[in-house]
Amino acid sequence: MKTTKAEKSKTAVRPKYDLRLYVAGQTPRSLQALSNLKRICEEHLAGQYRIEIIDLVKRPQLAAGDQILAIPTLVRTIPKPARKIIGDLSNIEKVLVGLEVRPAEQ
Amino acid sequence: MITMGGLPKGRPTLVCGGAGCGKTLFGIEFLVRGATQFGEPGVCISFEETAEDLAQNVASLGFNLQELQRKKKLVIDHIYVDKSEIAETGEYDLEGLFIRLNGAIDSVKAKRVLLDTPEALFAGLSNTGILRSEMRRLFGWLKDKGVSAVITGERGEGTLTRHGLEEYVSDCVILLDHRVQNDSVTRRLRVLKYRGSTHGTNEYPFLIDQKGISVLPITAVGLDHKASNERVSSGVPELDAMFGGSGFYRGSSVLVTGTAGTGKTSLAASFVDAACRRGERGIYFAFEESPNQIMRNMQSIGMDLRKWVRKGLLHIESVRPNAFGMEMHLVRMHALLQEHSPDVVVMDPISGLIPSGSMFDISSLVLRIVDFIKAKGATGFFTALMAEDDVHSTNLNISSLVDTWLLLRNIESNGERNRVMYVLKSRGMSHSNQIREFLLTDRGVKLREVYLGAGGVLTGSARVAREAEERREESSRRRAERKRELALRASMAVVDAKLAALEAQRNRYKSGLQAVIDEDEDRRVANLKDRDKLQISRGVVVNGPVKEGHKGEL
Repeated sequence: MKTTKAEKSKTAVRPKYDLRLYVAGQTPRSLQALSNLKRICEEHLAGQYRIEIIDLVKRPQLAAGDQILAIPTLVRTIPKPARKIIGDLSNIEKVLVGLEVRPAEQ
Repeated sequence: MITMGGLPKGRPTLVCGGAGCGKTLFGIEFLVRGATQFGEPGVCISFEETAEDLAQNVASLGFNLQELQRKKKLVIDHIYVDKSEIAETGEYDLEGLFIRLNGAIDSVKAKRVLLDTPEALFAGLSNTGILRSEMRRLFGWLKDKGVSAVITGERGEGTLTRHGLEEYVSDCVILLDHRVQNDSVTRRLRVLKYRGSTHGTNEYPFLIDQKGISVLPITAVGLDHKASNERVSSGVPELDAMFGGSGFYRGSSVLVTGTAGTGKTSLAASFVDAACRRGERGIYFAFEESPNQIMRNMQSIGMDLRKWVRKGLLHIESVRPNAFGMEMHLVRMHALLQEHSPDVVVMDPISGLIPSGSMFDISSLVLRIVDFIKAKGATGFFTALMAEDDVHSTNLNISSLVDTWLLLRNIESNGERNRVMYVLKSRGMSHSNQIREFLLTDRGVKLREVYLGAGGVLTGSARVAREAEERREESSRRRAERKRELALRASMAVVDAKLAALEAQRNRYKSGLQAVIDEDEDRRVANLKDRDKLQISRGVVVNGPVKEGHKGEL
């Protein structure tokens, strides 16, 4: 799979959480989703995640692979089974539930 | 034809109906025909079936989806929405769908699109507000893209589609229906809305068969057939003679009714046999016997129908009446008629299609078929089973639809049953009102003048007996006559002889009389002559004839 931007976590080579965020261009919603995602990952998945961003406007053919309908969609490919979360990820609890992540103790 | 030309170009059409009513097939056929017949590639977005399942399902209709995909005429994309996989967190839109759809359309330059069925999205995603606005956006997008789209929807309770897709697709809505009637499945189609054009507003039956969907309008037939003056033979010369020598009008419809075993099938077969002999094409719709049975039976009366079947002039189509619903029969027959273009069509027996008690059904079915056959210029020949006393009662509605009505009856007498036939009506031509005896010989159907004996119409052996008897009577009468003739002649001869004798006598008398007269005259003349002589000798000058009282002079 190609990536346009990849952020590797600083510590692990094989991350525990492999996340793909599908967006369609630089829409406000997409940017919002990305920033929400980064925040969530830093807070609850520190060091264990990898985010790929796939822009379907640039590469539309990738939509079929993960059966992407809605934008933005976050796909957790690892751990399996894949989980999809759609929306701008503003509801943090739901995102965590969707990713099956226990909230980190704050 | 129902939509007067097809589906609206560049606009979305909604096809809705209950489960299994054929919506997907409708959509697939729309795409396939577009790709194969009109050069318009298509995209199918299937929300419910995978591409493989879809291809398999329609393979039996002769649609080869794999091939079309390979040739880049068709793209099938399966979009599934698995609710369990998805969590919805916040606002989103369905741009992913648009992107995929757009990609697919552009990849084959599609002009036709099938979405089957977007309602699946409503099952997978819970934010109906977003879904609705995206639906609206989708249909607008499709219009802008310039593709003709078919969208399928599942019938809702009281609404056309479960999720109200009809709100967004207001241009053309087609409703498919699929119900069980009289133990048979009938499928019907109705065009609900078609903005910007006229369309038939009734329900039309349709059929899904090996070639896809065929639709037949119920009442689309007008009454403006051309009427031909040409005549076609019935196959039985004596029958033709009853119609002034030539047979039925081409393009007319003929009904033969009778009780069981009266020979209706034989007459029908004679008709079709005659047509084939003229080189014409025929279709024989049989509802009670198989083609082989018919051909074998007709062989026994000297007709070789197999020959025509082999030459492709005759097609015998046998089907049980209860195999399909009424409309299905109609659509099948319609398709066969289109395919074979026959000059004559036989339905034997048409009464086999009547489910008990549905008089309206049989009338409308017969009407449609009769009309369609006429519109094609073919001559229709129908047989019907009718109880003896039914002739003047209930089944009249069939008989009023046809132009010629022949009746076959059995007559019982003298310990046997024989068949007779007569013409009940024949529009537009004079016909004999005589009853004929109807015979099935090994040289085909033959009609004979009935025998009117003292006790009424006689047929069969009674006729033979009576004929023999009458021949005997005739010869004895003739003998008697001869005798009398001779006797009279003898008397006449006697009288003649007498006359001759009398005549001879008369002649004798006459000549006797003449003799007497002559003698008398002679004597008178002689006397006068003598007197004259005497006078002369006395010296009296005799001047001319002697006069009385003339004195002689000295």
